[in-house]
Amino acid sequence: MLTIAGYGLREALRRKVFVVVCLLTVAFVILYWIGNRYTFRHVADIVPPAGIDAQAFAGAFLFGMAMFGTLFLGTVLAIFLTLGVVRGDAERGLLQPLVVRPVGRGAVLVARFLGAAAVCVPYVLVLYFATMGLTGAEGGWWPDRIVTPGLELAGGVLVVAALSLLGSVFLSSIANGIAIFMIFGGGLVAGLLGNIGHVLNSHGLVHAAKIAAWAMPFEALYQDALREITQNTSGLTGFLLRLGPFGGAEQGGVALRLWVLAYLAIVGALAVAGFARRDL
Amino acid sequence: MYARSVSAALAVSGLAKRYGAVEALRGVDLQVEAGELVGLLGPNGAGKSTLVKIACGLVRPTTGRAEVCGARAGSREARAALGYLAEFFRFPGWTSADELLELHQQLAGSGGGEQERRELLDLVGLSDARSRRVEEMSKGMQQRLGIAQALVGAPRLLLLDEPTSALDPVGRRTVRTLLEELRRRGVSVLLNSHLLSEIELVCDRVVILLAGQVVTAGTPAELASPRGVEIDTDRGTEVHADAGRDDVPQFVEQLVRDGRKVYGVRVRTSTLEEVYVEAVGGETE
Repeated sequence: MLTIAGYGLREALRRKVFVVVCLLTVAFVILYWIGNRYTFRHVADIVPPAGIDAQAFAGAFLFGMAMFGTLFLGTVLAIFLTLGVVRGDAERGLLQPLVVRPVGRGAVLVARFLGAAAVCVPYVLVLYFATMGLTGAEGGWWPDRIVTPGLELAGGVLVVAALSLLGSVFLSSIANGIAIFMIFGGGLVAGLLGNIGHVLNSHGLVHAAKIAAWAMPFEALYQDALREITQNTSGLTGFLLRLGPFGGAEQGGVALRLWVLAYLAIVGALAVAGFARRDL
Repeated sequence: MYARSVSAALAVSGLAKRYGAVEALRGVDLQVEAGELVGLLGPNGAGKSTLVKIACGLVRPTTGRAEVCGARAGSREARAALGYLAEFFRFPGWTSADELLELHQQLAGSGGGEQERRELLDLVGLSDARSRRVEEMSKGMQQRLGIAQALVGAPRLLLLDEPTSALDPVGRRTVRTLLEELRRRGVSVLLNSHLLSEIELVCDRVVILLAGQVVTAGTPAELASPRGVEIDTDRGTEVHADAGRDDVPQFVEQLVRDGRKVYGVRVRTSTLEEVYVEAVGGETE
């Protein structure tokens, strides 16, 4: 299993897509740094309404945006690394020489997942801490929780990678890529609906958004991560910050983390069962 | 390096495979003995690749049984005993020849190390391309690398699906020599190829599939039927259309007795191509 995971890792690092992602990431970080620099310069000159801490509001809002960017870029990376693992590689003739070796098909899938995780998780964490450091350095604002939100973002990306692996068993590369991006978009829509539901005080909409977010738990993890960065921020500042972009802050807690583990196990089991029955 | 086996390397009985409404295989019985080189022929869609893929465990049979060295095809034991080169294969462009073989050594559990890799690359004529990336290799080089990959871990059964389709005549000759060497070492080979001359030259036995069924099987000598005798004499070539090999001494004796000079005798038999065309009844490729 380690051999195939290492193979997946080397493949990920040597493919041009990884270089492209790295270059785009550098561009994103530079833009983020410029945004922070100008925002905090202006914030210093602003007299905010009573009850609002402008520095905390700006810091949390910017960092919340950066967390969305981190989730998005991590998702793009995870999808490109996994979208063709089974059917795509089989159609190109890459998979058969590996699968005829005395390695179980389940082990191949798990190993490819671990290989993708070995690239995506460090990527997400590095980007998360880099953007956090820039916001802290420029605006003097730090999130209430430092590590857990980053881990939850990484967990969200792992959920996307698992879904993409499952899709790769049944769909061609392009179809799978489109499907997973649409699922990711569905998660964002669920978050937006939740925001709208909160504004309209519509319990039905909020409930539907919550079910959708848990059905696509990368979104629920993102919402929980958003909540954690301003967990101790109270008053009007805290209220406004919970209405964040692309999904407001929502508490997930331990139940969500347990559900994500179960979700990964279910998705993994479905992928392994589907792969075992697949003619190559 | 290669172990000899006492049980059949590949035993297939009543094998059927259905893809939806299409019956790819319809009750195929086939055996490849230890150290035997069997050629698999048939037009496109005859079921050759499906048969090979079932033996590898890539495709599940609908009914019937396939065993590799006594183990159910597709099982870990069966996969550990075989080497496979697919008709349509690709290796990651970013790996070097040596890295690729190392990866397959690890997957096959081979302890051959660097020596095995060097030996295999030497065997397929890629010693100089050890560090070359796959994406920098020609199709023919990649095919030879594919054969080396299939030989990693000293398999007892080698399943080759069109292994020479991208090779030039010299490359084909190299593969022929390699197959003969493998047979000498006791490795069983099932060779699926459209190149009849190649199969005729190296295979111990030939099996012809048509529409998912075995229509003809036997050694090239068994399959070949007499097509007459030609004798070159001082008065030209005499043709005895209905004669066979057993008639040659009598013909020569008579000619010598008549004071004629005999320069050469050719016993004509049908070629594998003729046998094939008869067997498939003009089915196009």
